[in-house]
This record gives sequence, C-alpha cells and structure tokens, in this order.
Amino acid sequence: MKKLTSMIFLVGFFYALLLPSEAIRAAEEPFTFGLLLVGPYNDHGWSQAHFEAAKAVEKELGVRFLYIDKVNPADRPGVTVPQLVDELVSRGAKLIVANSDDMKDGIREAARQHLKVYFVHISGDDALTGKGPENLSNLMGRMEYGKMIAGFVAAMTSRTGKIGYLGPLINDETRRLAVSSYLGARYAWEKVRKKNPKDLVFQVSWIGFWFNIPGVTADPTQVTQNFFNSGFDVVISGIDTTEALTVAAQKRKQGQEVWAIPYDYRNACNEAPEACLGTPYFNWKPGYMHFIKAAQSGQWKREWLWLGPDWTDINDPDTSSVGFLPGPAMSPEVRAAMDDFIKQMASGSLNLFTGPLYYQDGSVFLRKGEQATDEQIWYMKQLLQGMIGPSSAK
Amino acid sequence: MDRVRTILTVVAISTLTTCGALLIVGTNPVDVFSAFFKGTFSSWRHFAHVINVWIPLVICSCGLLFTFSLGLWNIGVEGQIMLGAVGTAWVMRHLADMTNPTVTLGIAFLMACLLGAIWATLSGILKIKSNVHEIFSGLGLNFVAQALVLWLIFGPWKRPGVASMSGTRPFPAAVWFPVPEGWRFSPIALVAALLVMGITAWIFISTRWGLLIRAVGNNSRAAEVHGISINGNFLLAMAVAGFLAGMTGYYQAVFVYHRLIPAISSNYGYLSLLVVMLAQYRWTPVPFIALLFAMLHVGSIQLPLTLNLDSSLGGVIQGILVLTTLGVVHFRRNS
Repeated sequence: MKKLTSMIFLVGFFYALLLPSEAIRAAEEPFTFGLLLVGPYNDHGWSQAHFEAAKAVEKELGVRFLYIDKVNPADRPGVTVPQLVDELVSRGAKLIVANSDDMKDGIREAARQHLKVYFVHISGDDALTGKGPENLSNLMGRMEYGKMIAGFVAAMTSRTGKIGYLGPLINDETRRLAVSSYLGARYAWEKVRKKNPKDLVFQVSWIGFWFNIPGVTADPTQVTQNFFNSGFDVVISGIDTTEALTVAAQKRKQGQEVWAIPYDYRNACNEAPEACLGTPYFNWKPGYMHFIKAAQSGQWKREWLWLGPDWTDINDPDTSSVGFLPGPAMSPEVRAAMDDFIKQMASGSLNLFTGPLYYQDGSVFLRKGEQATDEQIWYMKQLLQGMIGPSSAK
Repeated sequence: MDRVRTILTVVAISTLTTCGALLIVGTNPVDVFSAFFKGTFSSWRHFAHVINVWIPLVICSCGLLFTFSLGLWNIGVEGQIMLGAVGTAWVMRHLADMTNPTVTLGIAFLMACLLGAIWATLSGILKIKSNVHEIFSGLGLNFVAQALVLWLIFGPWKRPGVASMSGTRPFPAAVWFPVPEGWRFSPIALVAALLVMGITAWIFISTRWGLLIRAVGNNSRAAEVHGISINGNFLLAMAVAGFLAGMTGYYQAVFVYHRLIPAISSNYGYLSLLVVMLAQYRWTPVPFIALLFAMLHVGSIQLPLTLNLDSSLGGVIQGILVLTTLGVVHFRRNS
C-alpha cells in the first residue's frame, strides 16, 4: 500500500512539473498546423510534395508545423487517425492537414471530435457532399492537366506505341487520372504523330494501394518489369512512390530503351534522371497558404477547392498548384511539341474532355461536341473505350 | 525473494541495454524516457489511448495463458483475431439494418468469439488427429485468415466503385460502440477486459480445470496415467484462446477501426504472445506487462515528433525486454 501511495505521488509530481511549462509555451508560440502524411516524408513522391509545401509555408508565413509520417495501418499497426489528431492538437495544432484518401473516415471522425480545430482533407469530397462537419474542408490539384501532359510526352516518345500505366487502387480519382493520361497520349498519337489509333496500346495495371505493402498489394516493381518485358517502352506512374522510374533505369542499364514518368513530387526525376521523361507534380503551397490564412484570420469557411495550374507559368511555385517538369530524357523535339500542347490547353483552344468519348463498356460518356463538367471529371465512373485494364474490382 | 531478484535483474539489464542502444544511435536516453512518459501520462487523453491498446492486449493475453499453460504454442492467435473481425464485419453488413444497434453489436460479439474459437480449434484438431505441430498449423491458418481478409476487402466487401486495399466501408455510425462524449475508449470495454482478467485468474486459482491444465502442461505423461484426457483439454484450451482472440478482433473492428482493414489485428496477437512469455506464463504480471507494452506502443509516436527518431524504437525496447527476461530466467534455472 505504501508503495502504491508513493507511486501515485511520484506520477503526480512529474505531472505537476509538466503542466506550467505547457501553459507558458502555448502563450508564446506562433500559429501551429499539423500534417499527417500517409507515406514517409522523404518518399520522393506524394508525401514529400506535402512535406516540402509545409516547409515553404512555414518559412513564408512564420508559422510552425508538426508532422507525423507513415500514417497507415500497415506501418503503424493499431494507431488511428483520430488518435494522432489528439496528439497534434495537444501540441497546439490549430489546423490539421490529412494527406490521404485513405484517411477520409478517420479525419471525419476527428473533425467531429475537435470542432474548434480546422481540418483539410486532401483529395476528398466531404465538403462537397456535406458529409463532413463545418470545420472540414477539401483540397486537391487539377492533376488532369499534368497527367495529360504526361500521356502526351509518353506517346510522343514511345517507339512501340505501348504505354503502361502503373495504377494505385481504383476509385474516382485514379480513374480520372488514368483517363487524363490516356487522352493526352491519344492526342499525341493521332493528331501530332498522325499514327493509326489502333496501334496505340494503353494498359492500366492496378496494385491495390497507393504504395507497396508487401503481401497485401501487388508489387509495383514487378508490375513495371512485366510492362517492360512485354514490349511496353514507357510507364507512367500513378502511385505515391518511384518504383516505375527505378525499374526503367535498371532496364536501360541492361540495354533496353525504355522510359518512365514518375508522379507527385517536383524532383522525382532525380531518382534516375537518365530514364525520366518528366514529372507531373503537385505544388500544395498555394492551397496550404489559402487555408492557413483563413484559419489564422478567423475567415474560415467550409470549402471544396480544386486548384488548377497557373497557365502563364505552370511551374510557378507560388501560384500554380499543379505543374510538369520536363526530365533529362525528354528529346528536344518532344519538348517543343509539349510546349505547343501546353500553350493550346492554356489558351482554351484545346479541351481533351470533349466528346465523342465512350466509357469502357461502350456507353456514352460525352456526346459529340459536349464538354465534361467538373463533376463528370471528378466522379469518373469508368475508364474510357480504348484503354485496357479493369474499371473496377471484378 | 527470488522472483524480486529476477525482476530487478531484468529491469537493470534491459534498461542498460536500451540506454546503450540509444547512446549508440546518438540519443540521450533521458529524452527518450521522458518522451514515453509524456506521450502516455501527460494527459488523461493520452492515457485513454494507452487503455485503448491495453484492452485488446489483456483480453488476447488471457486466452494465451490457457494454451501456454498446456505447453501449446498458439501462434495462430493472429488469424483468430482476424476471424473475429471478419465475423464482426459480416454481422455488421448483413444484420445492421434488420435489428436495433444493441442487438447487432451483441450478435456480432458472439459471432466474433465463435469464429475465433472455431479457427483455433482447427489448429487443435490438426494437432490431435494428424500430429501437426500447432506452430505450423497456426502459421498456416494465419496466412489463410489474412488471405481471406484481403479477398473480402478487395472482392465481395469492396466499397462500391472502388478497388482498394484500404479497407471496407465503415460500419453505419449507429453500430459504432457507444463511447461517452469526450472519451476515447468505452468504459464497458474496460470493464469487460477486467472481467476477462478476473475470470482467468479465478479459473487458475480456484477451479479444478485451472489446476488440471497446469498439471498436464507440467507433465503430460503423468497426467495421462491419472486418466486425464489430454486431447480434450488441448481442444478446450485452444477454443478458449480462440474465443478471446475473436473478442480481440471484435474490439479492433468495432472500437478502433469501425471497419475491416487488412491490418485489422494490429499484430496484437504476436504482441500478446510476448506479453505472456514475459509474464512467465503466469496471470498475475499480465495486466502490468500489457500496460507497459501499451505505453511503449502509444508513447512511441512521440519519438518522431520530439526527437526525430523512428517510432519502431518502441518495438526494439519491447524486444530487449523479452529477450532479457528469457535470458535471465533461463540462466537462473540452469545455475
């Protein structure tokens, strides 16, 4: 009994030591926001793009940010999103960004538990559908354009006319992006290179998640190898990490003339520049700035933001939410054609989401001359006719 | 006295080893320990998350006490947890609309325990009938259970229009286990865990069966001579362990994730094996060791936040603890 009493005293004593320092710190500290990253902060892909944006915002606005990476049940068994939000809030975070589609349910639950904290769920639609509370907004970049450029560059470069798309899991977002890549590729193949549409093969292989989870997903390294081993010479990556590019570089060392187009992160090409045609990437800084300023000034309102490129310069770090950085392996001719392609999209004279377009099952997506609405693009129901690969799980 | 000395030796050696490991990677051990302390005791909410891990660990460990007492290595406990979660999710999918939430939760609970018990009994039957060691059958059944979970998530139970290993749709909010406003765990679950603990203790202290399985565990030949059915007891102990593992799966699905995900077990089965081994297969230390493990588990999230260390360090400390204990006990026994 005596032991127990002294134990309780000891715990109480330490607790008392901690309390005042917390209180003092809270008064002095700048605005703090938290970041939940689904992958490692240095994944050269999706999560690193978020991490770098947070660093840029920290510097520019004089705010502070905390982050926890590898937030997924495979890397952190038993750890949940609401639990981590509790942790970040206890450390003073007033706004929390959750960077994965996978956190949709968790962040909704957490937002309901912390109504005085603001939340931004990346890539979700809770603010659009009204399923989330008022303090939960959504942010996404219009990556369709980046992917169209990627598809365009792939089809301009390909010798075999066989383009592989390394897809993550299947949902509205990933179908939308695979479709965009296809539209870019088809345009390059038919309208610029004037080739027979039948000779273009565009195949999508899905691994089942945003990145490799051994034993759970298909292995992206193996999927990419399969592409290259069966005559595909360009692989466009749709996953969070850089396996496609790594494998392409290995194949080049073995004498195969193949290329890859990584995804998400501005400097993704650095992994293997010799095989890299370029990177469609997200620049989260403008979106982050918008929401942090709104939270700081008390002007917050629930928003569903789908931010596009700045067409005057799609690689402007302050204004363009999506961009495309050409890679060292891109030829000057392709580069020139790409610049022209971007110019046409910028001027509005070219809209690839224009009918006639058909879904994979043959039903009509867009009638002749009809242009897709945002909602039709966002909720992409199927892949398009002409693409190979499943539109949903069998 | 001897036991106290063992504990002190273990604590001393594992603390020194941990400190040594930390110094090698260039971190001040004091910072690490204070981070763990802060991440688990600095607020009621932090501690609530510890309890949230403690509950499944204790329930699952109690089940393993029975199999270990008989000298059975119930490695299949992971699969049994998964089956519990599968049973829960099945009820949530098919019965949630038909009955009221309380009834659904109740049926899901029974289903979870039942499936866990059946899965465990399979291992037991393989041992008795075909003489397959429970480690091998358990590992095999773990793989089958994992494959089943993946298949369900990617196939029949997929979200509409989606093919993702992320998990099934969340259960309807009405059948989430009620948690008091502002709380992070359910007091009912805590009481249930304490009950499981109490009943386990009671079985070992004052029932014939508790005495019996330990007798069989200590000397199966002698027990057989005295007319005790070993096979029957194997099956019963496996079923009890599976029942409780199923309950753990229920907890994971209903309280923690509100859906079925590939990593639904959170490796708590394997962790519980370590808890019971560290407890030297006795029930008394189990709640305390489970608490320690839960603290390491929850506290480890502090490491990347405050010290830029990988949170797997929590697992390293757990490993050091278990290895030291086994080493010290073995050494004392042989000297």
